[in-house]
Order: sequence, then C-alpha cells, then structure tokens
Amino acid sequence: MFVTGTSSSLQPAGKTMEKVGDKPGLNSPMADVLYNLAGKNRKKMKGIIGRKIGMTSIFDPGGKQTACTIIEAGPCVVTQVRTKDVDGYSALQLSFGDKKEKHTLKSEKNHFSKAQTGAKKFVKEFRDTSLEKNIGDTVTVDIFAEGDTVEVVGTSKGKGFQGVVKRHGFSGVGEQSHGQHDRQRAPGSIGGSSYPSRVFKGMRMAGRMGGDRVKMKGLKVVKIFADKNYILVSGSVPGHNGSIVLIQK
Amino acid sequence: MNAVNYVHEQLTGTKEFPKFKAGDNITVNYKIVEGNKERIQSFKGDVIKRQGSGATATFTVRKISDGVGVERLFPLSSPNIDSIVLNKAGRVRRAKLFYLRSRSGKSARIKEKRMAVETKTP
Repeated sequence: MFVTGTSSSLQPAGKTMEKVGDKPGLNSPMADVLYNLAGKNRKKMKGIIGRKIGMTSIFDPGGKQTACTIIEAGPCVVTQVRTKDVDGYSALQLSFGDKKEKHTLKSEKNHFSKAQTGAKKFVKEFRDTSLEKNIGDTVTVDIFAEGDTVEVVGTSKGKGFQGVVKRHGFSGVGEQSHGQHDRQRAPGSIGGSSYPSRVFKGMRMAGRMGGDRVKMKGLKVVKIFADKNYILVSGSVPGHNGSIVLIQK
Repeated sequence: MNAVNYVHEQLTGTKEFPKFKAGDNITVNYKIVEGNKERIQSFKGDVIKRQGSGATATFTVRKISDGVGVERLFPLSSPNIDSIVLNKAGRVRRAKLFYLRSRSGKSARIKEKRMAVETKTP
C-alpha cells in the first residue's frame, strides 16, 4: 500500500529507492512518507531513560494529596547519533545504567568507548528527537521542567495466565443459582455453530496477561531533584519498582 | 539514602505532635477552607487505628456524635492538621480497635491508662 503525493511513487516501489551507501531505500522519499503514515513521532519529542523507584504521595500547600511515582532519570550518555544521510533516519541513542566490565562484550566496549564512557546496561534510540546533542554528551532530567506533561513508557507487571474476567473485563456469569454451577467467571459462547464453523481471529480469551509495553500519557511533572536525578511524576507508571521506563515529552 | 525518604525530607514539612496510639482519646484541630475563609474545626474521639509509616502514615479517630458512630481518617503529614491534643491515654490490648464498632454504651468505653506519677523526694 503505497499512498503518497510524490510523483516518483507512481513507479514500482523497487525503483523509487535511492542507494545510500550499502543501505538502499532508507533515504528514499518513500521511507519518509511511510514513516509519517504510520503516525509515529508527528511531534518532535525529547526523552530520557529512567528507573522506577517507587510510589508515594505528597501534599500541596492547600492540603490536597497527590499520588506520585519517583523515577531516577538519567544521566544518560549519547552513544550514537543517527542521521538521515548515513542511517536513513535521525535518532539519538541514549545509554543508561553502569555495567560491570566483566559483563561487557568486546564489541560493546568499543561502541561505548566512542562516546568516552564506560559500558552501560540499557541502550535506547529516541527517534526524531528535539534534543540537539552530540556523541558523548549527557542528557539529564533538566530537559524537563516542573509542570510539564510527560508520557512514561514501561513494561507492565506480568500477571501470568489469567481468565477473561481479569484479562478483558468480562462480567462473568451474573448469577450463582438458576442452573449456574461452577461457571461464575466463564467466558460464555465464543461464536456460532454451522456458520462460521470456526472461531474468529482475535476472540478475547484467557491467556497470558501483563508484561506488555504500556504508555501512560498525561502525567504531570510534580518536582525535579536535579542533584539526585529524581523526577516526581503524578500518578502511576507501568512496571515493578526498579524497572526501566522511558520518559518522553 | 532511601529515595522516598529523601523526597519527603525535601517536600513534606514536619510538625511536632504529642505521641499517641490506638486507644488514646485525642482532639484533632483541622483546618477547613470555606470559600476563601479558613477556620479550625476540632474532632475529638478515640484513635482506633494508626496505619502506614513515614510521610504517608494515617490514623483514624472514632467518636459518637448524636448516637451515631463517626470515624474520620487523617493523614499524619497533612498540612491541614493544625494541632493534636492528647486528652487521655487509653489502656488497650490491641493495635486496631475495630471491635468498638460493634459495641455501644458502657462496653464501648476504653479504660484510662494509669501513669506512674513522679513523687518528690525530700
């Protein structure tokens, strides 16, 4: 499905690709259009890698209590700068969390040495970021200000194999009597019989729940402790304490 | 230092309150904002629960108002608590006094703790 306004797109897709080094196609106008069509990063964002520390609540002077999550965000080192010319897209590769040397591969050591930094545990690319940084620079919580609205991405807590009531919010069987027995949390019918003679794809059933990538939007930055690299955001954040989260604005 | 403690050290003011625990009779003077006026309302009753630790600790006070049991939960570090007055220390055998809810009248009383009084030695 190539939907685009550029005239070159009328040709077969293979021929519109331009050669850039050894990576054909990455720099073509088509790649750009498809990327935008996918709806990703319409707004230029800036982000940082952090570690969820835990939750607490704080009072404002008026006495209103707000639940907050403490995140240790950064400092992150820019370990690679992806550019449109070389890589076909622009991004900043940020690295966070120190790693022991004995756990570091030779190839990793070399990669991090280009940024004059020790080996890091977590590496993440932030695409089309509004931060203007060079390799070796550090990104700290200072990129955010108190009162900002941010979104936090994390991996939700694993819940194991769960039934449809917990996993999909089914209401279960409403009654315990009137012929119901041992099926209070059952899913009920999953489809017709002779037609369609199959179960439709995507039918919501019991299964593994949690452990998904979850994005929490609209969290407010309540407070920033620049000296400790702590950032206090309102509300909850996916994942268990100590898990890695991305904070974006 | 623990990050949660650090955050509260920076953000949460500390107030000095008398030590109290479940079974004690206290008066909580609580600030109430009505429109743009602020006044202090006092709530007097028995502490039936202390819960939590650190800056998020709370306590519950129960009193009988017009024959109806009323319970109110206060966050200990709320800036709206003006002061707490300890009226009577109670002698109780447990930390949560939920059994008081099913009692009324004489059986819902809490015995007062008798303190040793320092006697002056000549």
